[in-house]
Amino acid sequence: MAGDRPEEIIIDIHGLTKRFGNKTVVDDVSLDVRRGEIVGFLGPNGSGKTTTIRMICGLLRPDGGSGTCLGLDILRDADRIKRQVGYMTQRFSYYEDLTIRENLDFVARIYALPDRSAIVKKTLERLGLYERRDQLAGSLSGGWKQRLALAASVMHQPKLLLLDEPTAGVDPQARREFWDEIHALAEDGLTVLVSTHYMDEAERCHRIIYIAYGKIVARGTVAEVIERSGLSTIVVRGHDVGAIARLVRQKTGVEQVAPFGNDLHVVGPDAVALKQAVDAALVETHSDALAEPGETSLEDVFIRLMQEARARDHSANGTAKAESPS
Amino acid sequence: MSSGFSLSRILALMVKEFIQMRRDRLTFAMIIGIPIIQLVLFGYAINLDPKRLPTLMVAAESGPATRTIVAAMEASGYFSIAPGLASPAEANEALIDGSASYVITLPPGFERDLVRGTRPQLLVEADATDPAATSNALGALPQILSSALKRELTGPLATQASPPIAVDLVIQRRYNPEGITAYNIVPGLLGTILTMTTILMTALALTREIERGTMENLMAMPATPLEIMIGKIVPYIGFGLVQVAVILVCAQILFHVPMMGSFAVLLGVTFLFIGCNVTLGYTFSTIARNQMQAMQMTFFWFLPSILLSGFMFPFRGMPDWAQVIGSALPITHYIRSVRGIMLKGSGPADLVNEIWPLVAFWLAVGALALFRYRRTLD
Ligand SMILES: Nc1ncnc2c1ncn2[C@@H]1O[C@H](COP(=O)(O)OP(=O)(O)OP(=O)(O)O)[C@@H](O)[C@H]1O
Ligand SMILES: [Mg+2]
Repeated sequence: MAGDRPEEIIIDIHGLTKRFGNKTVVDDVSLDVRRGEIVGFLGPNGSGKTTTIRMICGLLRPDGGSGTCLGLDILRDADRIKRQVGYMTQRFSYYEDLTIRENLDFVARIYALPDRSAIVKKTLERLGLYERRDQLAGSLSGGWKQRLALAASVMHQPKLLLLDEPTAGVDPQARREFWDEIHALAEDGLTVLVSTHYMDEAERCHRIIYIAYGKIVARGTVAEVIERSGLSTIVVRGHDVGAIARLVRQKTGVEQVAPFGNDLHVVGPDAVALKQAVDAALVETHSDALAEPGETSLEDVFIRLMQEARARDHSANGTAKAESPS
Repeated sequence: MSSGFSLSRILALMVKEFIQMRRDRLTFAMIIGIPIIQLVLFGYAINLDPKRLPTLMVAAESGPATRTIVAAMEASGYFSIAPGLASPAEANEALIDGSASYVITLPPGFERDLVRGTRPQLLVEADATDPAATSNALGALPQILSSALKRELTGPLATQASPPIAVDLVIQRRYNPEGITAYNIVPGLLGTILTMTTILMTALALTREIERGTMENLMAMPATPLEIMIGKIVPYIGFGLVQVAVILVCAQILFHVPMMGSFAVLLGVTFLFIGCNVTLGYTFSTIARNQMQAMQMTFFWFLPSILLSGFMFPFRGMPDWAQVIGSALPITHYIRSVRGIMLKGSGPADLVNEIWPLVAFWLAVGALALFRYRRTLD
């Protein structure tokens, strides 16, 4: 059992629930993240990612559930957890009216880092911001702000990194560097929980967790999540895919139709029904386009999961509403 | 027409403002509360011709003439004479600590000399640090005495009452002999300026963080509420001390206000006072939801601080309830201390009654701030 090496479990929460007013925003969420893991936290806007992360690091009080973070109780030991966690907020929340260096100095002082000026200098150089160190943080571009915030949140060498959409608005080169660094840190034992909307980033995680309407609806490696979805994909390539798209959308067995340049990705839960639908559409349009089996993408799976969760949520709310007048 | 001036746009804005205001209970309370408070304060508390100021009698013996004088002074309404006689030392102390505004001293043999018609001396010492508080009463004094003594000396001694007045009235305006208003204004100004600026600065401390979104980050860092409070308060204490230096230098240059006491004592009391203010401001910022509310709270505090502290209107001239409120305000004790130090040369021992309320206030608001501080974003 896990009790053999309990220090290996960094985040271990059960039944975490958070309500705002009478709206349940995080609903019975359980998570476990092991040491050195990079776990991607995905889900549509408003699904409760930020709220969950805030509860893990003690910024919000859960209404239900319990758990430990770095072996410390999230309800009682928030102050001790904070010392060992690096949290990068979704919205830039360093001081815009301070310079880059002053912000880093501030963080270094808050965490009482020894040899502060050397650490700040090193951080500035690694960021490539050394020349601009006296520029106000508020005058940085969006992507640079993100990079500054990330650098600031790892400066005290936390054991756990909670990153809330750290690469939103960051260019591909910088994103790659960022992920390379995350992997390097994880090899040294840093644990990372990172929320993102980027599929390529999800694929760089050891594991992903997908949350929708406050509930976790899928978890595992990317391959496992795709596999478990049971979705098949057919790629249609050729002329006139627009007409095919309009037609095939109506057919039974087809769930998603998405053009990618000259290609058309057609996705459905049943491989046989999907093939029939696509073939029928090709015949009806007299198209000479080529249809062949493709790989189901994570994005297709997420869209499916989101639609399912929405349907569940609506039917749950629908019954609630139907009950109230009587 | 439609782009320049639109009634419907104005209406839309008014409705929006009204809804926002109604949701913001504090603003609503302020809009109603401030005029009411002003009305009450100006209508009742403010007494430009202060009456019933505390007075002590110092005399070797009491006699019919003494009693007549006391009765007449009481009857004038300007003086509230403490029962019994005080020793010269007690009277002097009372003047320094402000518990007496006047001391009347009758020399030994006053009664006898009066009857003999040798015009005995009647010494009136007034605390003139606030000229407004004493000038009217002192002006009325000769008239009060002469009519009282005329009555007393009727009969066989009536001739003695012939003008001029039967006593040699000697008035000493202590601490501010020329009755210069600036001497009173400077300590008051010091208090009000510090109240306004230092409270406002710290009142915005947390609300600004919340509004700018930096609070989340700050909360995620391992700083305790006390650390955050101290970290936010101390810079503003320094800020306040700089202000004090500027005001004092200006006071010296413009008004030549004397400095009878020690700068160290002044610095100490000022430190306490600024500490009270910045901590109060910080407490406001733990209660307010945004910067606007924080500013309103500051303003709300500022009003009684100006009106009831003894700055604008003599403290002893206010009705009792206003004096009670005034006594709870740090600025009241600060103004008294500064007047004492600058004009009377008071030392720490003389200021005990002003220092302990400042300390108590500071501790109380500090505790309230820590209690109110929100540790989470909920
Ligand atoms: N302080 C709050 N008060 C009331 N409701 C809130 C509060 N914070 C969040 N919510 C609600 O909780 C839900 C979840 O929000 P959360 O920020 O956790 O979503 P998210 O998954 O991070 O979304 P995104 O991808 O857009 O960042 C949303 O519906 C939001 O409106
Ligand atoms: Mg979020």
